[in-house]
Amino acid sequence: MKILVCISHVPDTTSKINFVEGDTLFDKNGVQFVINPNDEFGLTRAVWFQQKQQAEVTVITVGDASCEPTLRKCLAIGANRAFRVDLQPSDGFEVAQQLSAHCKEENYDLIIAGRESIDYNGAMVPGMLSALLGYNFVTNCMALEIAGGTAKASREIDGGIETVSCELPLVIGAQKGLVEEKDLIIPNMRGIMQARQKSLSVLTPVESDAKSSISKYEKPAPKGEVKLVEPDQIDQLIDLLHYEAKVI
Amino acid sequence: MGILIYTESENGKFKKSAYELASYGRAIADQLGVELIAVSFNHEDATQLGSYGVDQVIQINDPSLESFTAQQYASNLATIAQTKEIKLIVLSSSANAKYIAPLLAVSLSAGYASNVVGLPESLEPLTVKRSCFTNKAFNTCTLDNKVNIIGLSNNSYGSFENPKEVNFSQASAVIAETTIKVEQVEKSSGEVSIADADIVVSGGRGLKGPEHWHLIENLATTLGAATACSKPVSDMGWRPHSEHVGQTGKPVASNLYIAIGVSGAIQHLAGINSSKVKVVINNDPEAPFFKAADYGVIGDAFEVVPELIEKLKAFKSS
Ligand SMILES: Cc1cc2nc3c(=O)[nH]c(=O)nc-3n(C[C@H](O)[C@H](O)[C@H](O)COP(=O)(O)OP(=O)(O)OC[C@H]3O[C@@H](n4cnc5c(N)ncnc54)[C@H](O)[C@@H]3O)c2cc1C
Repeated sequence: MKILVCISHVPDTTSKINFVEGDTLFDKNGVQFVINPNDEFGLTRAVWFQQKQQAEVTVITVGDASCEPTLRKCLAIGANRAFRVDLQPSDGFEVAQQLSAHCKEENYDLIIAGRESIDYNGAMVPGMLSALLGYNFVTNCMALEIAGGTAKASREIDGGIETVSCELPLVIGAQKGLVEEKDLIIPNMRGIMQARQKSLSVLTPVESDAKSSISKYEKPAPKGEVKLVEPDQIDQLIDLLHYEAKVI
Repeated sequence: MGILIYTESENGKFKKSAYELASYGRAIADQLGVELIAVSFNHEDATQLGSYGVDQVIQINDPSLESFTAQQYASNLATIAQTKEIKLIVLSSSANAKYIAPLLAVSLSAGYASNVVGLPESLEPLTVKRSCFTNKAFNTCTLDNKVNIIGLSNNSYGSFENPKEVNFSQASAVIAETTIKVEQVEKSSGEVSIADADIVVSGGRGLKGPEHWHLIENLATTLGAATACSKPVSDMGWRPHSEHVGQTGKPVASNLYIAIGVSGAIQHLAGINSSKVKVVINNDPEAPFFKAADYGVIGDAFEVVPELIEKLKAFKSS
């Protein structure tokens, strides 16, 4: 089984989000970049398939050379090889087009992408990729088993869980639950050393077009002071929520 | 021409988001002077949509659409969008709508912006504001395409009654090729889901153990709220993963979010920030949540919450 895991290189969850150049550009200054958490759940599951079902795991990202340490980390976690499509994409559709061109050459059985990235939160890449390839697609995927060319997947829905079965090839949008938190792999020295020997190839982008462009960023308006209520004056809290905030 | 909305229903009733989409679509339709068309699947009586400004309802009732499959629903919406020459489609932010949107975008060669938080800043070209960096920021983005799709953040616009004379029609279902088979759907019955809830009551590690969750549950029941928790609480198995909210869990965009024994770590706050009113109950005055909350009680959850439940019950019955 050939698995591709699509990796997004995103600011660490504790990052302070700021913008520069007249609020038109994300300020990378002092920001640490990591594997997008949803992609990491997917990668961890892919490595499980590698260990238990002899799958070959490839990782790919669309981005400039600054993404390479993130790909090396994926190799240290256990991926067999890595690709970087050398393009600063403008939107998720452009990412999907680049990934789809690569997938058409490689014929992966399973393609895993995070259901959304924590930077742009577009939630578009896995679905668009599946549509461009004509593959099956299951998003919000929180469990995945594969046997004999058939996948059984669970999808989180609003207020429940849906279980589906389908044939490969399949694209999934990975999320929490796909693996246990404790199964996330922290690369050890051996993994890090091996990662240096593994192949990381740079691909020339194919022609692609974005369907959206960002003109400006802004931060939420600063919040007013919290109104404190004494613990023995809970009636006051109820009054505030009813008369002032009008939420109960 | 016209604006298309996909109105979702559950157990034979439209979801709250259906009325929000109708109100939102109405406002844009009025600016453009076009019709607002709603599509509903396997929904018998759609008259209520007219109260929220819909001009035309296209009903597709077919056994093949009994269980939701994104490919199937997307194909049906795409067919209608094409026959009606739709330029703008508005979807909600439900799990199903977010599943459909990218498929629909590719089949219509449409632009798609998710998590849109208000009316477009411009309609020609379409320019919208959406949340990004998991609610830590917004971006303004332009979609200059023949067809565009907006994914509206739930609860970001609201719903407004605006009665219209509705025209109903039936369309037959198109069948999409898919080998995806829905085997089973497990719904946690009787509870409000976090995605649909007006009020969410959330507990953190400060509650000390799962045996104390009756406090959270009782408060939630009193308020008709959904229950949620912080990440460590679900990691430790005190609560199911589906209740984990925050940057790596579910987003919350309720009217009221009550956090009990939650410290307010940046990753937690990122996910719940788009809730309108935030209340924190925590015994540590230094807890970062107090900086993010609108109302706060510095006190012991084990004393404050039972008192709050009692007082709320009295308030509700008065
Ligand atoms: C990559 C990454 C992603 C993450 N994603 C998320 C996420 O999505 N969601 C999330 O929630 N967290 C997330 N976290 C974890 C986050 O950093 C915090 O560790 C977590 O939110 C803390 O949970 P808590 O508030 O329940 O626990 P704590 O931080 O331990 O806080 C417990 C609080 O309870 C209070 N307390 C104690 N006793 C009482 C009492 N008797 N009465 C009242 N209050 C009391 C304490 O004062 C304290 O403030 C993430 C972390 C990382 C590294």
